[in-house]
Formats: sequence, C-alpha cells, structure tokens
Amino acid sequence: MAFIGKALIVSLLSLLLAACASEQNDPYPRNERGRNILYSAFTERPKHLDPARSYTEDEATFTAQIYEPPLQYHYLKRPYTLIPGTAAAVPEPEYFDAEGNRLAADAPPEAIAHSVYEVRIRPGIRFSPHPAFAVDSGGHPLYADLDAAKLAGIDTLADFAQTGTRELTADDYIYQIKRLAHPRLHSPIAGMMAAHIAGLKELGEVLREEAKNLPEEAWLDLDRFLLSGVTRIDRHTYRITLIGKYPQFRYWLAMPFFAPVPREADRFYSQPGMAAKNLTLDWYPVGTGPYFLAANDPNSRMVLQRNPNFHGETYPCEGEAGDREAGLLDDCGKPLPQIDTVVFTREKESIPYWNKFLQGYYDASGIASDSFDQAVRLDIDGGVRLSGEMQDRGIRLLTRLRATIFYQGFNLLDPIVGGKDGVGEERARKLRQALSIAIDQEEFISIFLNGRGMAAMSPLPPGIFGYGEGEAGINPVVYEWRDGEARRKPIEAARALLAEAGWPNGRDARTGEPLVLYLDSTGGGVDDKPRNDWLTRQFAKLDIQLVVRATDYNRFQEKLRKGAMQIYFLGWNADYPDPENFFFLLSGSEAKLATGGENTSNYVNAEYDRLFARMKDMDDTPQREEIIRRMKRVLQEDAPWIFGFHPKSYTLAHAWMHNRKPHEVANNTLKYQRIDIAERARLRHEWNAPALWPLIAIGVVLVVIAVPAVTAYRRRERQTARPLE
Amino acid sequence: MFAYLLRRLLYAIPILIGVNLITFALFFIVNTPDDMARMQLGVKRVTPEAIEKWKTERSYDKPLFVNTRAAGFDALTDTIFFSRSARMFAGDFGRAEDGRDITREISMRMGPSLAVALPTFALGLFVTVSFALLLAFFRATAFDFWGVVLCVAMMSISGLFYIIGGQYLVSKLWRWVPISGFGGGLDAWKFLILPVMIGVISGIGSSTRWYRTIFLEEIGKDYVRTARAKGLSEAAVLFRHVLKNALIPILTGVVAVIPLLFLGSLLTESFFGIPGLGSYTIDAIRAQDFAIVRSMVFIGSVLYIVGLILTDISYTLVDPRIRFDR
Repeated sequence: MAFIGKALIVSLLSLLLAACASEQNDPYPRNERGRNILYSAFTERPKHLDPARSYTEDEATFTAQIYEPPLQYHYLKRPYTLIPGTAAAVPEPEYFDAEGNRLAADAPPEAIAHSVYEVRIRPGIRFSPHPAFAVDSGGHPLYADLDAAKLAGIDTLADFAQTGTRELTADDYIYQIKRLAHPRLHSPIAGMMAAHIAGLKELGEVLREEAKNLPEEAWLDLDRFLLSGVTRIDRHTYRITLIGKYPQFRYWLAMPFFAPVPREADRFYSQPGMAAKNLTLDWYPVGTGPYFLAANDPNSRMVLQRNPNFHGETYPCEGEAGDREAGLLDDCGKPLPQIDTVVFTREKESIPYWNKFLQGYYDASGIASDSFDQAVRLDIDGGVRLSGEMQDRGIRLLTRLRATIFYQGFNLLDPIVGGKDGVGEERARKLRQALSIAIDQEEFISIFLNGRGMAAMSPLPPGIFGYGEGEAGINPVVYEWRDGEARRKPIEAARALLAEAGWPNGRDARTGEPLVLYLDSTGGGVDDKPRNDWLTRQFAKLDIQLVVRATDYNRFQEKLRKGAMQIYFLGWNADYPDPENFFFLLSGSEAKLATGGENTSNYVNAEYDRLFARMKDMDDTPQREEIIRRMKRVLQEDAPWIFGFHPKSYTLAHAWMHNRKPHEVANNTLKYQRIDIAERARLRHEWNAPALWPLIAIGVVLVVIAVPAVTAYRRRERQTARPLE
Repeated sequence: MFAYLLRRLLYAIPILIGVNLITFALFFIVNTPDDMARMQLGVKRVTPEAIEKWKTERSYDKPLFVNTRAAGFDALTDTIFFSRSARMFAGDFGRAEDGRDITREISMRMGPSLAVALPTFALGLFVTVSFALLLAFFRATAFDFWGVVLCVAMMSISGLFYIIGGQYLVSKLWRWVPISGFGGGLDAWKFLILPVMIGVISGIGSSTRWYRTIFLEEIGKDYVRTARAKGLSEAAVLFRHVLKNALIPILTGVVAVIPLLFLGSLLTESFFGIPGLGSYTIDAIRAQDFAIVRSMVFIGSVLYIVGLILTDISYTLVDPRIRFDR
C-alpha cells in the first residue's frame, strides 16, 4: 500500500511540475526558442541524398536546398519559368548536323545530329564547409589518408575538427555527370541519359569493367575517364553534347542529378571505414546551396543550417498577377536565405503531426483526411474556406493543382478492352469510351477527395503547355459544353456506345453473356472498400459487372510488366513541366510489355507516335500546340485511359509564415520563406498554457479511492478472528 | 548447470537456422529480388538493365537455396540464402539494401527503445503486482469486484486507443507534455513520460487479472494460514510469503520478455516518433529491406532464446528445489 501511494505521489508530482511550466509541451530544446528556425516534418526517411541517386519528392525536400544545379525555376512566375541557378544564363542549345555544320535554331529535328549546351557558371560560388576541403598549411588535404583506426571517435561529419571550402568550377559539374554512369551508384536516370548524352553509355561500360577489378568500397576516380559528350571549356564553363535534339534537357539541368559534386568529397567518402560509419555522400551531402545538412538522423531529426558561403542570391522582385497584393513581393531584393535553420522532425503518424501544427510547433502542414473537416469547410457551390477554428488562429490555406494525373488504364493487349485477337479494336474502343463517360470523376472527387481535385480531359494537367482552357480543352467524347462549362454526357450516351460496341445492357449481343471486367488495384484494405464499391456501382450503371482484384504492390507491378491485367489504376507525377513528360506515357516506343517502358497500357497508335516524335523535339510554338491538340484528340477517341483527375493539394501555414507560395515543380523553395519569430513566440505561448484542473481532479479521485481503502485495511488489520464478547 | 546451459545453447543453433530459413522463405515468397530492386531504385524510369545490375551487385541473381550449376559444396553455398545468412551467425549483419550499416543502426536505435521499454516494464510490473495484491487483499469485496470489472474493461480496449486517447488528453487538451518526439539527455523525460504512462496503463488489465489469480491460489494454501496464525499482518503475509511463492509463474512470463525489451514496441514508437528498433523494423518491412528484416528476426530469436534460458535460471533463484544438475 505504502509503495503504491508513494509511486502515485511521485507520478503526480512529476506531472504537476511538468504542468506548471510554460509551454512544457514544446518538443524542441528550450535554447531554440526565439531563434530564426523553421520547423517542419518528414514522414518517410530519405533513402538517398546523393544527387546521382535521389529521385523522390521526399528526398528532394533536402537535396534541393543543398545542391545547386545550373538552372532553377522562378519562385513566383507562372507558368513555370527556368532561370539561372549557378549558371550565368539559361543556355540556348546550338544544333549541328552529322557533318558538324551548325544549324539554325528552327532546323527540323531529323536534321539535327547533335545539340550542344554550353553552361557558364558564375565565378566566386563556394561550397559549404566540409572536411573534404580541409587542408594543412601546405595546402595538402587534411583528411585524405584515413582508415578505420584514424576514424576512431568519429561518428558524424561534425566530429571532424577542420573544415574547408573552395570555389565551384565546371569540373564539379562534369564529375557529377560522369557519376550518373557509375556502376555502383545505380542512378535511376543512367539508362535514359545514356540515350541522350553523347558518350555516357560508353563511359558506363568502361566504368563497369574498371569497377570489377576494384574492392567494394574503393574509389573510382572518374577524372581518369573521358566522357566525350561533356567537355571543359574553361574553369567556369562546360559543354554538354546531346545526341539529336532533346529540348526537355533544359529541365533536367534544373534537377539535382546535374548538380555539382566535388571530386574531393567523392574521394573523402571512399576511404576505408567511412561507409561502416555511414559517412557517405548518400548520407552527408555537400553542395553550394543555401543550406547544408548539419545533422542527419533520418530516424528522428534532420537539420539544415544556413550555408555561410552561400552566394548573394536575392529575393525575386517579379511575380505573377496578385503576388504583390498577397505580400509576396515585400521582400524584393533581400538576401537569401531568410531562415537560419530548418529542423525536420520525423512524424510517421498524421495525428501527432496535425496536433503539433495546431499547437504552433510546426510552421506549416498538409491536411490529412482525418483532419479535413476540422480544417476546411466546403460551400454548397463547391468553394473551399477555412473553418472558424483555423481562421481564429490566423492560419492561411494555400492550394495548388498538382502536375499529376491519376487514371484508370486499359490494357490494350486484352481481348475485351483492347480488342486485339478478341472482340475487335472498334468494339473495344467504344467500350472504353462508354466507360469513360460512365465513371463520374466529378463525383469521385467530391466523395473521396473532399473536392480536392479536377477532372482530367487528357493526360495534361493545367499549367502544362498545350493544356487547353475552356471549350477547346474539353474531352468531346466524355463532355459537352453547356452554359459555359464542361458537363459530363448523360449515361444514355454511354449506353448507346456500349450497344454499338456489341454489349447492349451489358450483355454480349450474340451470346447474351454478361460483360464482366476486372480491375487490378493495389488497395485491398478496409479504407479502399468504399472506393471499390463506388467504382463497381459506376460500372453497374452500364450493367457491367466489375470485379476488383486487390493485390499487393509487387504483384501489381508484375502484372503490369507482363501485361496480365485488364483495367488498372495508376498515377504519374511530372518530372518537369513539359507535355512530353505526360505524352510519353502512351508512346508506342515505351510500351511496357514490348520495351519495359512506362506505357503500361501497351497502347500503340501510329498517328499518335508520329505526332509524339515531332512534338517532343519542338519548342513551345503555336505549331507544337496544334500537334498537342491533335494528339489529345487521338487519345480522347482511342481512350486508352479513363482520364481520372488532377489532385489539388491543400497546405496550411501559420500567420507568422511569409513568402510561402506553392510550387509544383521546384523544391528549392525554403530559401525564400520568412518567419515572424516574435509573432510565433507570442502565439505559441498563448496556445500552450497547460490545464491544471485535471491534476486536481485526479488527486481528488485518488483520495476518494484511497481513504476508504486505507480505512478498510486498518479495520481489517485490527479485526479479531471472532467478535469480542 | 553449465552442462545444461551448454545443451540449451547448442539447441539454439538449429532453432536459429530454422527461424532464418522460414524468414527467408516467407520473405522471398512475397518479395522477389526484382521487387526489391524496384523498391530500392524507384519505379520511375528504371530499366531492366538497371534491375539486373542491382541484383548482380548484391548477389540476388543467384538461386535461392540450391545452385544446380555449381559443383559440390558450392551448390549450397553459392546461393542467396547462404551468402545472406551465414555471416549473421558471426554477428555480422552487413548492410541494409540502401547501403547503410545495420549493426550501427541497431546500436543507435537500441537506446531509444530501451528508454521507453525499461521504465514501462519496471513500472508496469510494480503497478500490476501491487494492484493484484491489493485486489487479493480485498478479495470477495466490492473493491475486488469493481477492480476486476475495471481490469476486464481495460484489457478489452485496443492498445491504439490508449495511445490516441492519451495523446489527445494529456498532450492536446491538457498540454502537459509533447505529443510526440524524442530527445537526448535531460530533455528525454518529457518525451518518455507519456508513452511510459500509456504503456503501464494499457498493460494493467490483463497482467493484474493474471497475477490476482496466482495470488488468490496461493492465499488459500496452508502456509499462508500458518503465517496468519502466527499473527503476521496481512501486508507481511502478502509481500513476504504469498508474493515470494507466486513468483515462479510470474517469472515465467516476465523474465522471458526482458531481453525482448531491446526490440522496442512497433506501435508506441511509431505514434510517439521514438527512433527505436520497433520503428526500424516497421520501416524495413515497408521498404522491403530483407537485410534488416532478416537481422531483426534473427536478433529477436536470439533474445527470445536468451530470455527462456534466463527464465530457467531464475527458477533456481526463487525455488531452491529446482536444480539443473540432476
């Protein structure tokens, strides 16, 4: 009894002490209060921070702040505009024929044998401090001959006593392009870039042979190998030669794949014992960007610190209409970055993330479906506004339509929905058109996305060249233009198409057999059941039976690879804002079964492929727009996909966050943001006063229980075996 | 006793091989090396050649169990199973699929796991044993009845409910401690108090009922009656006699789980953002990282075997009648 009592008292006292202190629920160290720190969260631990390997959006959150490719996107302008990053200017390609003769900028793509991009880097840019650059008084590297013994006591990069820096040169960019072909790095774009950059494929083969003779962790000095398509012109200039014409290459020059990697760092991390301590470029990147990675514990906390050597980039003074009124140009000309430190805390679950945001411990947050009703109100007319609670807290809602498409794809090799070796291509095409009309994407968006999306008319999302606004942009197979807006055709139109396809009322006109279709889906959990039920009802509108085959992700991918599905659900997120990045998903040269490419529908249409081949190499001209229009019409008629929707992301930001504008393509946006530290401190204090009454209530309850228990115990202890006479 | 321990340790070897074999088979039934390569390389723009290169570099291009193209002993050793498993018995867990050193990760994450698990275990044991003794003391009274009702109610509630409810009340409504996170040094307590408290409370129901049953069984025995007849207080009877004699069944359940505390809690660590081994395992399963999954299952098996051996040893400490040398 006494023990329990003591334990309870100690627990209560601990809680009491905890509760009395101000902002005791602050998850950050007390010494961080009042400092210019942005607090954010990450859900998935980044797998790769090496710019040759990293490709996911989660990783780009970090790599885009650390590495600087030659180009970047303008933060405020729309449509998305490329501007110089470390480059002095956006390079204009020069074209040459097979004989090496220079061609005009508007030369036909088939005449172009090589495109040459000459990139000039601004002088004076320096890398962030790093031990790989540390040198002794004689200029020799301090940490160039390490081994396991010398690494004793060193666990992180911060344990190295000395750091150094040096100027960024063209060689650093060339070194990184060579790294794309490194056989041990498995760069996801190695295969694709080998088809474009002259000599990269050959370099990959040479390096593969070379690596065979090297120990596992030994350094492969890439400077020893020639990459014919990338040459150094001078200390700050390099030239990239592409095979043929590839206008989308300029977008790649804005991605971390083409950021500089200093040879010293590569060598530094290749020393014995480094990898065993996770001291790798994949874990501790080094770049010239506005931040460097000061702490890397991807299990709980990652910290970006202002790069003291960052070159004098300033906040933009131009934007799109409305930016000035929104205060987005108030910081025009101010030096970047505006925030000293960015702390990312790992939050695997949405509930703690959301509640910490409401307490002011995260500066911005997305809206999980659990919290949607608390954060946002939907008007009858479909408009969106913040809830009263959010408005009272001064929280702002930022929305953006993502450069993404989700769709239901048909496998064109299937005898029913593809028609090949089956019902015939014309019947199958009409069946696909009927289903495109029947599946009400607007209803799906309303029910399952809380209105956070927009029905797709083609593969192209808004904001991408060739999208097409208004009546000219609708999918005439599925929609009609009435009263100034696109309206889905009635279900009768779909039924008519289905009858023309030979399945009146969902039954085969010849055999009377019901039409049964199969949808492969990766979701089989409880949460997916309502979606699958809804989808089944959509098919039932045409009296078609839908069987949803839930499968795990691996099997789903395997079915896609083998062309062993009929209908499937998938999405695509743009790498760069160019129509080519969406249309290639349906190009015959990318057919999954035949080539292992990204065309999972195995759709092949000669006209479409011909138009695609022309369009992909063109600049954004009216001629290109016309070709895109024709390509969209081909797809709308053929309906290899049921064009689903483009999702809209909602972000919430506290009142103290400034200069936050959603950007769908760029990830290096932290440098522009600003925090009103005093306002944050004031509101955090106001929102996080502890409640003391529960402690008193718990105390009272314990006393109420303990007093009779103690009384009963004492009475029992004094009780005699028999009542005293 | 030494011979007994040696025998138990030798028994452990085939058990560990078996566990490793089953883990290996189960994992590769669900995930092919191609799936693993895609998971690591990403799904965008990955060429079949890149997948083949990835597999070759990690020896995933070999047969799973038997290499029919190899001669002699190599037919068994030149396989994925052997090349990925043999080193583990020497304590070398190798690298995760993303290249990071597993031993180092485990050593870094063990601390946070133990920081939650040890106080939860110790405090939980103290609270549940004390509560069970209290119920046994007040047996057949209204206090006992409602105590048991409370225990049944508590054990009927999902662990997730305790976590979400605790976070909602203590951190969100009352704002006493951070809702999640982890810190080192003196900062650690404010992150630990809530998960520990929830861990203790969520375990009260089932453990108390179990211990109460054991105590009630002991209380009815002759030696307890004798102790009371000697004039000992009820507290002395319970703590000095009943508790001591009820320890064997308690130890059976308790000592075996002590080594497993190193592995952390999957749910608690995930919800409270504690970077321990529980969340490491969950991450590895989601990332289809066989190297980590295999290592964690192996360590779990070793610790379980150690736990059972410790349980056997603890019997000799609490019950002098038990000896291993006969």
